[in-house]
Amino acid sequence: MADVTTTPPLTPAARPARPERAEKKPVISMATLTPEMVAMQQHFGEPVIQPAPFEGVLITDTSKVPDVALFVRDELHLEMMTNVTCVDYIKEGYLEVVYHAQHITGGAPLCFKARVPRDERAVLPSITPYYPGAEFQEREIYDLYGVRFTNHPDLRRILLWEGFAGHPMRKDWHEAYYEQENKPYDSRWPAGHHKLAEERVPWGDNVQYPPGFDPTAYHGNPDEGLYNTMMSEAPTGGAADIPFSETGIRTDELIVNMGPQHPSTHGVLRMVVKLDGETITDLKLVLGYLHRNHEQIAERNTWLHNIPFTDRLDYLCGMANEMGYVIGVERLMKLQPTERAEYLRVIMAELTRIQSHFWSIGFLLNDLGAFYTPALYFITEREFILDVFDQVTGSRMMNNYMRFGGVARDILPEQLARIRLLVNERLPRAIDELERLLSDNEILRARTIGVGYMSAERNIAYSVTGPLLRASGVHYDIRRADPYSIYNRFNFDIPVLYGGDVFDRYRIRILEMRQSLRILEQALAQIDQTKPGDIQAGRKAYIHRAPAGEVYSRVETPKGELGFFLVSDGGQNAYRYHVRSSSFINLGAVKEMTVGQKVADAVIILGSLDIVLGEVDR
Amino acid sequence: MNLPGTGILKGLGVTLKHFIVTYTEDFKYIGKKAGVEPRPLRRSNPSNHGIVTVQYPDEHLPVPENFRYIPFLVRDSATGEDRCTSCGICAKVCPPQCIWIVRTEDPVTHRPVPAPKEFYIDTTVCMNCGFCAEFCPFDAIKMDHKYEITSEHNRSQELLFDKDRLTMPDTYHASIHPLDWARELQEKAAEEAKKKAAAEAKAAADARKAAASAASKPASATAGGAKPAPPAAGGAKSPAGQQSAPNVPSKPPAQPPPAAKPPAQQAPPPATSPQDPPKPSAGS
Repeated sequence: MADVTTTPPLTPAARPARPERAEKKPVISMATLTPEMVAMQQHFGEPVIQPAPFEGVLITDTSKVPDVALFVRDELHLEMMTNVTCVDYIKEGYLEVVYHAQHITGGAPLCFKARVPRDERAVLPSITPYYPGAEFQEREIYDLYGVRFTNHPDLRRILLWEGFAGHPMRKDWHEAYYEQENKPYDSRWPAGHHKLAEERVPWGDNVQYPPGFDPTAYHGNPDEGLYNTMMSEAPTGGAADIPFSETGIRTDELIVNMGPQHPSTHGVLRMVVKLDGETITDLKLVLGYLHRNHEQIAERNTWLHNIPFTDRLDYLCGMANEMGYVIGVERLMKLQPTERAEYLRVIMAELTRIQSHFWSIGFLLNDLGAFYTPALYFITEREFILDVFDQVTGSRMMNNYMRFGGVARDILPEQLARIRLLVNERLPRAIDELERLLSDNEILRARTIGVGYMSAERNIAYSVTGPLLRASGVHYDIRRADPYSIYNRFNFDIPVLYGGDVFDRYRIRILEMRQSLRILEQALAQIDQTKPGDIQAGRKAYIHRAPAGEVYSRVETPKGELGFFLVSDGGQNAYRYHVRSSSFINLGAVKEMTVGQKVADAVIILGSLDIVLGEVDR
Repeated sequence: MNLPGTGILKGLGVTLKHFIVTYTEDFKYIGKKAGVEPRPLRRSNPSNHGIVTVQYPDEHLPVPENFRYIPFLVRDSATGEDRCTSCGICAKVCPPQCIWIVRTEDPVTHRPVPAPKEFYIDTTVCMNCGFCAEFCPFDAIKMDHKYEITSEHNRSQELLFDKDRLTMPDTYHASIHPLDWARELQEKAAEEAKKKAAAEAKAAADARKAAASAASKPASATAGGAKPAPPAAGGAKSPAGQQSAPNVPSKPPAQPPPAAKPPAQQAPPPATSPQDPPKPSAGS
């Protein structure tokens, strides 16, 4: 122990500075203007709208941001605000808020940016009045970067708790067990005497409080801000003030916390609902119980390190997440994966979609009260897919299979034969059985038809993607709208239903599984034409340097649109790594779906969203 | 729309079928002894229609070769040497940075010696991604198949694996990774064939040169006689060097002095090492 006690805990100040890498100026190219950007320039004038570095346009007058958003929505018809995020340019001294808006008919998104200083002047007008889907994303930026949005309906922290010190995504913020800016850490090799993080930073030295805050003297209610927004019209004058309902019975509104520890919330999600009898009149979500600041971890990591971390986002469909990340980095590096790798990726992604939909339907039925019989039937089928993953990738869920320019391992003929057996026989039979078991069931139909209705327009406004959007009649799937990988080679349909309710969300998943099987059949037939063993483009490397640039890559995961916004400064690490997670943004619409419904229906509406908290809280 | 209730009946039919098939699938195997797969294999087969559960602590599902759990270090049983050269690539590619390596230094020259002095994997941090095994250029670190590890007394000490705990003979590696082992043997054979061919070509070239110099010897007696000697010596040496370390082809030709290795393994364990016998009080 002598070694441990004599060395002082390694504080950021005491840490010897890393030898500066030779300062290489990244090549900054200005974005080429698309016709839409030119239209913006013509409307607002060239001084306001300027080409931004790498991608998109820069709005120089921050007060014009809502006007630009309105123009983009109403004149350019980019109906959906897919992604709102922020980048901290600490050297240049500003925060850059990045917006990506897109047509619902497809095509690449339009990017526009606005810059605010890093001090207390970090204030930007909110675009939530025009794009309700930006509400949660702006709260996230406020939480993690400290940009305040004026005119935002409910600007509170979203992933962290009220009273957290600092804004953790800023480049000058350091986590509790901070060791070094970027991995790999110098202490591991060549003199890697093992030391626990707790020894390096003893317990007690690893927490920060806001200035003037004494945790021992604190007796307040941390949820005060939350309840205050909900109790605005609560009676204050005692029993005399309680309104009489039509029946003449004295009633009062009741606030109930559903979760965070409740099976119906599919993880650690807390829904605070205001009830009038059994009817929900207001709903607020409390997120962040599983928050681990994935994005900050990813910015410490090298490009390669991030691949297994993306498995842990939406832990039910690891390979779909990997695919999104890997495609994004490949676009930065201008790398083209080999044919066989592309087929393997598509096969794995589609198998992932099938198993994820099995899981979500099974647990939707659980929420409905069909306790575990359907769920276990579908988990059984899912298990056979996971067995294939285990054999091919080495792990059932944390697959870590994709690499930049290829995949990690080639598939063996007997593994392909097993997938063929599943795709041609077992899974179609299982889906037929699923339909026989459930689709005509009168109880299921009575509980779900017309429940949680959301119109196509409202879904688009809330940036809802995935099966939810397609169940309300919008023909939107990234595989068709902005094709990636080799999806344009396959013959498949994007199923669309028009009910917009829980039943159609259930049904659309069955239809999507059938389409996935169609893709799989074609991919399995075509993979034989590729060269076995040809799974990696270029040399396999563990150090990757992406040229300076920005990329926003999107893939269609079973949950919806998964986007990765990556900024590289030319180094081994991502300068900015943002996950646009569909579960998180789909949750923004849950209030509108639920208000006016019964409290028991709130559970199945949430189940029909099919959220995974690993992706919501990141 | 059908008659009310038919949907439920249809669904109940499905559950009844599931119930029956649970038994009938097993009836197929009654009385059969030979040629029947063990039950876990049978049940995880996609053509099985019946029950799929396996009685876990008593029965185990077979683990595929690619399966990965905590890494281990491979020691060549032929030479008794670790394959690891402490190059540190595994520590660099480790996403959660759970690999800690102390490189051996030559006590006299303080030059690094290609062997690890200490090697730790903090398995409480390890995320089993398999990058270390994938990127090791010496096939020195591989992923294990034993997924049942627990600690009895002190988690932070017992789950910190040191070099002794991590090292496994290559026979174990061959037994759990037959395909990978075959690939290694193939690569090794190819490498040796290449070396042999190179040595033969070199010997032939030397012979030719010697013949040429012998032919020209009468012309320049002093200069020509001294020149062919070093290549001839080198040509004779290279097959010998190859045989001494056939399994570590990329190791620097300067072999570590044999005396440097045993002391490194017997070095006194550091304070946090799990080599310390667990103290009786630790469990309480």
